[in-house]
Formats: sequence, structure tokens, C-alpha cells
Amino acid sequence: MTAPGEVARGLRRWLRLGRQLPLLPLPILLSLILVALFADVIAPYDPTQPVPGAKIYAPPFWMQGGSMHALLGTDFQGRDILSRLLFGARVSLIVGVMGTLVAGSLGTALGILAGYLGGWVDQVIMRVTDAWLALPALVFAIFLATMLGPSMWNIIIILGLVYWTRYARVIRGEVLSLREREFVKLAEIAGAKRWRVIRRHILPNVLNTTMVLASLTIGVVIIAEASLSFLGVGVPPPEPAWGSMLAEARSTLMAGKWWLTVWPGICILLVVLATQLLGDWLRVRLDPQLRNL
Amino acid sequence: MWQFIIRRTLYSIITLFILSLTIFTVVRLTGDPVTLMAEPGVRPEDLARIRVQWGLDLPWPVQYLSFVKNICTGELGKSFNYRMSVSELYFQRLPNSLELGLAATLISLLIGVPAGLLSAVRVNSWWDNLGKGVALLGLAIPNFWLGLVLILVFSVGLQWLPTSGKGDWRHLIMPAVALGWYFAASMLRLTRSSMLEVLRSEYIKLARLKGLPEYAVIAMHGFKNALIPVFTLAGINLVVMINAAVIIEVIFAWPGIGRLLFEGIFQRDFPLVQGVVVLAGMMIVVVNLVIDILYAYIDPRIRLTK
Repeated sequence: MTAPGEVARGLRRWLRLGRQLPLLPLPILLSLILVALFADVIAPYDPTQPVPGAKIYAPPFWMQGGSMHALLGTDFQGRDILSRLLFGARVSLIVGVMGTLVAGSLGTALGILAGYLGGWVDQVIMRVTDAWLALPALVFAIFLATMLGPSMWNIIIILGLVYWTRYARVIRGEVLSLREREFVKLAEIAGAKRWRVIRRHILPNVLNTTMVLASLTIGVVIIAEASLSFLGVGVPPPEPAWGSMLAEARSTLMAGKWWLTVWPGICILLVVLATQLLGDWLRVRLDPQLRNL
Repeated sequence: MWQFIIRRTLYSIITLFILSLTIFTVVRLTGDPVTLMAEPGVRPEDLARIRVQWGLDLPWPVQYLSFVKNICTGELGKSFNYRMSVSELYFQRLPNSLELGLAATLISLLIGVPAGLLSAVRVNSWWDNLGKGVALLGLAIPNFWLGLVLILVFSVGLQWLPTSGKGDWRHLIMPAVALGWYFAASMLRLTRSSMLEVLRSEYIKLARLKGLPEYAVIAMHGFKNALIPVFTLAGINLVVMINAAVIIEVIFAWPGIGRLLFEGIFQRDFPLVQGVVVLAGMMIVVVNLVIDILYAYIDPRIRLTK
């Protein structure tokens, strides 16, 4: 049986925690994750099949010609836009997160190796980083996607290959300065093997930077995936993706069927906005020194 | 100074090597290049002939050497569809992309710089928050979606502007805005932080102590110095824009190099695709080299680094 004073203290602690959380991005991202996980249950219709009984190109329900059966309208095959948006969240989330994971792991690993081991390893890794950074990201991604062929896993790998260089550069800089810190030098003098030093001292200290970078660039990855899908070299149909929905909408622009264009774009916008805000919050929380990232 | 130039040029050459090696390897590893070099609809018997014709039966190192030699002499193959040399096509379309990039850079400066200055001068006010919000939106809106929405509003809805193609300023403004909006956001941020830093500096304090009115302090002293990094970024952004405008060019049917790449992919015109990618990379490396050398010339401290 808890005393009233204890309950009040517990509540205050929770409220303090709540005030510190980023209020705007978290609900958006949480709903994104929920939607992606439970799209089968939430979505009113099958995203790949036309809505039974509805016309094609039906506008949203508040406009003339729309119906409550297809809240946000239907597309050129009569498929429900809302359901397609909900399933499209899956693609964006999976590709965005996995792509960032691949890029982040690869970039951090190579950045650590380059920064800590130095010498020719550093030179080789840095030259490759410079070369791949010189190639414009979208052009490189389009080139790789054309060569490898469209599929979700290929896109994840491609995005990882294109974006790891951003992490490598920054992490290498961090490691270079970490290497001179006392606790690292002490560990080396004490005879710790290089691998152990990396694992116990270097890696935990660069993870903060990696996480901040990741949250800041996941938006870029999501937009890149949407761009690839828009151009037709991304996640292939019939899997609904926000980018390919925009591509399909392009031919209807002149006919003024604005809902096919507006809704997927708003989704992309909201998700990227949320990740950016989250990244900013993380950056301030984790280490004020990272503010210049 | 010469040491710096030689070192930097050497680095650039190595970068170009790695670039060409990457492209070469990607092509060879992801399938038989014969099917790529053969035009669509070719017969199997001809494949062997094409293989010999393009030297694809030779060992890879030999192929790579001739690849590099071709690039150096500007021989990037002939486009299947256009029946023209790829490099000729590329340089024919490049000025268009340059025009679009310049227009977009101008827009990003026109929107970003004043807004950033205003934000800095009235820091933490209503204006500042508005500016920060706009910057956030700019970084989050996908540029191709912005282009589509602009078409919806201004071409379809209001019928003020044409939807696509190249012509007079009316054709240019929408793609330039769509392309430049993202960079306007980053200009805003940079101008704001740069101006804030300048306003905190010693000589500004001195100008205020001298009794100069606030607007003179800002206009005469703060302005110029705050804008140095901004114009640097604008220059870098221009190069980025020229290459990253693929989707904008596709949406607005703008005849630039981005659209050329897209056409190549769509029409399975492999020499065109490979050529555009190689040239895009080369262009950026060369421009970076020139910019670095220019900077070392202007700022002596840079010559002594790395």
C-alpha cells in the first residue's frame, strides 16, 4: 500500500521525463512504426486490388464524387489510396531503417579502422571515400540500381553503399582525436591489443556520433528511396511505395487529380520532418559538442 | 604553393582512378557486359561477334586499361538511341543543366540569405522561429514532390505557367524553385549562424561602442563578413545541383544531363548511362580540384595543411 506522497513523487518524476522527450517527432514516428507493423489490420482494403464497387479516380470523400468507402480517393486502377499509403509506410520504414543501418555500420567500421590504424589503411579508405563522395549520390544510386536490378534488398544494399562515406569521414575525425585521449593511451601502454582498445574504448565513444548522424541522415535515405521508386528503379510494383505512387500520379497531373500526388508526398514530408527533429533533439541531448554536425 | 597544387592534383588523379575502377567493376560484376553493349533485340549469334568487337573477351586488366585510355581521350562510346558520341551529347546538354543550377542557386540565395539575416538580427523572435520552421520544411520536403505540387498549382490550377520544356523564364522558374528550395533552407541556416557569430565579434562591439546606429553596424560591418561562407556554400551547391537535378529535369522535361541519364536507363542505352556517370564524377572531381586550388591561393593557411 503506497502512501499518497510516494504516488505524487512518482508522478512528478514521470512528468519530468515527459517534458524532456521530443514532443513533436515521437508521435509521428511511433504511429509510423505502428502503421507499418499493423498495416494488414488497419488498412481498410487490399492495396493491390481495386476497391469493390468504387470508381477509378475517385476523389477524397469530402469532394464531389468521393465516397466514405475510399476516404482519400482511389487511383487509376481503383485501388484505395489510404490502404496503399499505409502499406507504403512499410517500405519506407524498412528501407529507410535498414539502409541507414547498413550505411552506418559500414561507415563507422571503416571510419574507426581508418582513424585508428592509420597508415596505408587510412589512405586507401580515405581515397575510396573521396572518390565515392565525388559521385553524386542519386546518380550513383541510379547507376547501381540499373546494374543490380530492382528489389527491396538491392535498394537497401545500394543505399548503404552510397551513404556510408558520410559516416566514415566524420567517425574518422572523431577517432583521430579520441586516439590522443589519456584513457586510450593508458590502455595502449598497459599492453592492450589494438582490437581490444577499439572495442572497449573507441567504439562506445563514437556510437553517440553515429546515432546522431544516423537520425539526421535517415531522412535523406528515405527521400532517396522515394526518388529511386519515382524513377522506376526502386522497389518494384505491385508493392506499394510512396515514391512509385507519386510516379503513377504523374500522368494524372494534367487532369487535376491532385489527391494522388498530395497524400504520398505529405507522408514522406512528415516522416522526414520527424526524423530530422528527432536527430536535432538527440544531438543536443547526447553531446552539446556535436552541435556543429 | 606549387607543392600544394601537385599534391592536390595527385589526389584528384587517384580519386579519378578509383572512380573509374568502381564503375568498371560494378559493370563487370553485375552481369555479362556483352548484353549491355548489344542493342536490344540482337541475336545470340551476334553476341560473340560483339564480344570480340568491344574487346570483352580480353582479360580484365587489359579491358580496364583500354577503358581508362578511352576516358582520357574522351571516347566514351556511341549512344544507341541518339547515334551520337556520348561525350558530344553530354556537353551539348550540360549548359542546360548549368542554367537550371544557376537559377536555382539564385533563388536559394534570394530566399535564404535575407531570411537568414533577418533571423539572426531578430534572434529568438517570432521571425526567427518562422525562419527556423521554414528551414526545417525545406530540408524535409522531397524536391520532386515540390515540383509536382508546383505544377498542380501553377500550371493545372491557375494556368499561369507552362508545365514543361525549356523556353523563357516562365519555363525556368518552377524547376528552379523546386530544385533551389532545399538549398534555400541550408542557406538560411548557414546565413543565420554565420551572422550570429559575426554579431558577437569584437569589431561589431567596437562599432556599436562608437555609437553607430544599429542598421549601419549590421549593413556596413556585419554583412560582408557573414556572407563569405555563404557564397562558398553557394558555389559548392551549384555543382551539387547540376548533378542532383535528375528528377527535377525528368518532371519538367528539362533537357539537361540528368534527363539524359534517365533516358539512357529507360531505353537501355548502356553506353549513354555509363558515359554520363563517368563524366558526372569526373566533372565534380575537377571542379573540386579547381576550387581547392583557388582557395589555397586566397587563403595562405590552407596551403600548409595536409
